[in-house]
Amino acid sequence: MSLGDGIRMIAGILGLFLGLTIVVLSLTWLERKFLGRIQMRMGPMRVGPYGLLQAVADAVKLVAKEDIMPGRVDRVVYWMAPLVVFIPSFMVWVTIPFARDLVVRNLEMGLLYIIAFSVLSIVGLVTAGWSSANKYAVLGGFRAAAQLVSYEIPIILAVLGVAMLSQSMNLVKVVEDQATVPYFLVQPLGVFLFLLAGLAEVGRTPFDIHQAESEVVGGPFVEYSGAHWAVFFLAEYINTFTIAALMVLLFLGGWLLPGLPGDVAGVGFLVFGVKTYLVVLVIFWLRGTYPRLRIDQLMSLGWKVLVPLAFVNVVTTGMYLFYGWPAWSLTLMSVAILAVTFWTIGRRMRTTPKPEYTVKLYVPTTEVPHAG
Amino acid sequence: MVESRSEAPLDMVQMMVNMGPQHPSTHGVFRMVLGIDGERVVSVDPHIGYLHRGSEKLCEGELYTQIVTLFDRMDYLSNFNNELAFCMAVEKLMALQVPERAEYIRVIMCELNRIASHLMFFGTMGLDTGAITPVLYAFRDRERVQSLFEAVSGARMMHNYIRVGGVKEDLPEDFRQRMAKLMPQLKQGIEEGDRLLSFSEIFLARNKGIGVIDGKTAISYGMSGPALRASGVPMDVRKDEPYSVYNRFDFGIPIGEKGDCWDRYYVRIEEMRQSLRIVEQAMAQMPDGPISTPVRGVLRPPRGEAYARAENPRGEIGVYLVSDGSDKPYRVKVRPPSFCNLVALKYLLRDCYVADCVVILGSLDVVLGEVDR
Amino acid sequence: MVRTVVERRRGHGVPQAAVALDDKGRALEAMLPEILKEFQPDMGAAVDLVVVTVKPRDVASVCRVAKESPQLAFDFLLCLSVVDYGERLQVVYHLYSTTRKHKMVVKADVLTEEARVPSVTPVWPGADWFEREGHDLYGVVFEGHPNMSPLLLYEGFEGFPGRRSYPFNEYTEW
Repeated sequence: MSLGDGIRMIAGILGLFLGLTIVVLSLTWLERKFLGRIQMRMGPMRVGPYGLLQAVADAVKLVAKEDIMPGRVDRVVYWMAPLVVFIPSFMVWVTIPFARDLVVRNLEMGLLYIIAFSVLSIVGLVTAGWSSANKYAVLGGFRAAAQLVSYEIPIILAVLGVAMLSQSMNLVKVVEDQATVPYFLVQPLGVFLFLLAGLAEVGRTPFDIHQAESEVVGGPFVEYSGAHWAVFFLAEYINTFTIAALMVLLFLGGWLLPGLPGDVAGVGFLVFGVKTYLVVLVIFWLRGTYPRLRIDQLMSLGWKVLVPLAFVNVVTTGMYLFYGWPAWSLTLMSVAILAVTFWTIGRRMRTTPKPEYTVKLYVPTTEVPHAG
Repeated sequence: MVESRSEAPLDMVQMMVNMGPQHPSTHGVFRMVLGIDGERVVSVDPHIGYLHRGSEKLCEGELYTQIVTLFDRMDYLSNFNNELAFCMAVEKLMALQVPERAEYIRVIMCELNRIASHLMFFGTMGLDTGAITPVLYAFRDRERVQSLFEAVSGARMMHNYIRVGGVKEDLPEDFRQRMAKLMPQLKQGIEEGDRLLSFSEIFLARNKGIGVIDGKTAISYGMSGPALRASGVPMDVRKDEPYSVYNRFDFGIPIGEKGDCWDRYYVRIEEMRQSLRIVEQAMAQMPDGPISTPVRGVLRPPRGEAYARAENPRGEIGVYLVSDGSDKPYRVKVRPPSFCNLVALKYLLRDCYVADCVVILGSLDVVLGEVDR
Repeated sequence: MVRTVVERRRGHGVPQAAVALDDKGRALEAMLPEILKEFQPDMGAAVDLVVVTVKPRDVASVCRVAKESPQLAFDFLLCLSVVDYGERLQVVYHLYSTTRKHKMVVKADVLTEEARVPSVTPVWPGADWFEREGHDLYGVVFEGHPNMSPLLLYEGFEGFPGRRSYPFNEYTEW
């Protein structure tokens, strides 16, 4: 590695750090504003125009706050845990391209690298829960471990489907391959799997079980405060953004948009950004709408629905590749599998209010005297 | 912090978790000591009393007119209903006739209060299951009801409006216009909330079949109100023993089938609709006339004792009043509905998950101010 | 707060609340002496309630009979209260029948010094907290209750704050 390469690398990482911090600030603002609109309120209004500086004010507050450490914590682990959560979520971005040429280091095995690193943050959550010497934190940490490990499998298999389609693990190549047809048209099942498993991976509603504030009061983060809590917070939003970005790269054509010169770095960057923020908005929208699943329901959804579906996805993709069928055949198979799944689930949990869900009205038979 | 009891042979320790008194979803200062095995709850020990102010004892030192304010502060989400229960006990003792108009005003206020209280329940139920939006929908409509209360009684929460023999003062002049505006808003709000949460797949999965109690057991535990009706027991004081002018309205009592959390939830949603019907009829029937029977001098009920029952949003409230003929009651005992419903918690929490604890407690809709008094 | 001190007027000269039993109450009054014959109850009435006063040791049995007899079917314990009358404490049970829709009151007088009443938790599990509360605030011991630990007060609280002798409403300026 030459000196120039080294300088470029360090500059890239610094830029990435700065960029991601800005992204997180914008995401917190966006989430509060968007949720506010969903909930018929204004969201932040006081700090800056449209409350734009609210995120900055929050950041300053968090950093300036006293860092409280409870009495009986395991000090080293307690202080390390936020970093163990944060660093992998940041490292992942080294190989994520914002545009064709706008990437810190384009790895041939990029997807493998991302999968490998994103799993590491579980360790941080578990250690944070364990070292806090708080039972809620322990519960939350164990929940996180169970949840994230079991959802790793569907997410890996969903990614595998894409890798098979593009015959590459290089994210740039994956995107380039979608120049004609983006993969969400070819593999709707994959999109569905990736979105659900991704939500569970980052622990957002309806899968925010490890930090459920109404049950385990914030889970592993319950004892953290100030800057250390802010690091967790940062990691969580970066993870959300990562899932959205991967969604865009793997399924939505990345920086490519029909009719736009996506190869030009500036345009590509914009297209990628807009797409990613739209996916993030979908994630926020889900948060504003749904309640939370219970841990056993989450596990059975993961193992009984998502894992088999993910295998089916891989198998159908394999059949399509092996026999050289046209692309629409895979779409058809995907849609058919999705339809069957929804039909089966829908039969078990009815969406429409059927008689058994309504409440009877009881009116006593004895006539009461009407006065007046 | 880590207390442990090693009884199991394999050096396994049961984790004891203190849920509350400071926990976001214990609805106040309730404390449950949960023994958990992984995510399963194996033992539960509820503790109350953190908000005990001795309200019953305080009543013995106050004049009858002053006690109404103490009742406001017991169940702080259904103040009108509480005031009514106490006033009815005194009126029963004195055999006091309340003017028609006052009765209608009382019914309207109580039913609106029921709606406001159930809206609060709807919101917190959403929060307990992890949905953050319902609470804001609920508060929008609750706020409208509260501002009507403010216009009527001068206070948003501790109204002190219903008095022995009638009500404090007549309705404001623009009351009918306000109601004409409020009713459609409430109707729409309830339907919106219902559509948002009630039949959401995840909400159903979290509530269906959780915390089941059958009617017979619920009766033996002394549960009442929506919590009992969800188990299929049609018991409602408004129908069984109509007080005030409740026998003049046409309304139904929603009852559930299975007695699970979802039934307890949906019975309340349905009750709001029925309450709206009552309010509508009451508005149409309300006569003009005096709003209070004047009582000369200091209020001195005759010697004796009376027990008044009323249907609160949370269940049946009972006020047992013993008078020695002086200006202060000899003894006031309240049967707080949440207190009685909460006794069954230990039964409801058998064999459930930690996450269910929160939902089951939420579905009972307790107000700790009333449980502890 | 300035309050007019009104001397309590006790005993004679004070009007008594009129009894006004409804049909169900009268029917209940007629059949109760027969059903509860073995307990020799004192029958009475208070406004709209039939009142039955029994010996303290019989309370649990009376309650069981009241719950299990098909004519009475008092399956619902409305309220359990303790009233302090100085030298004696009165334990008051308000019963209700969800099927027959009638209600009655069972009372038992115990001496304040040795206030002991059998527990009715085997009859109605819902009496659990009511009895603990009565034990907390009035010092009535409910024999046979599974757990008489303090409910509303903290462990080790001295005295019985519900009793009239407990200084409570005598505010002092300080």
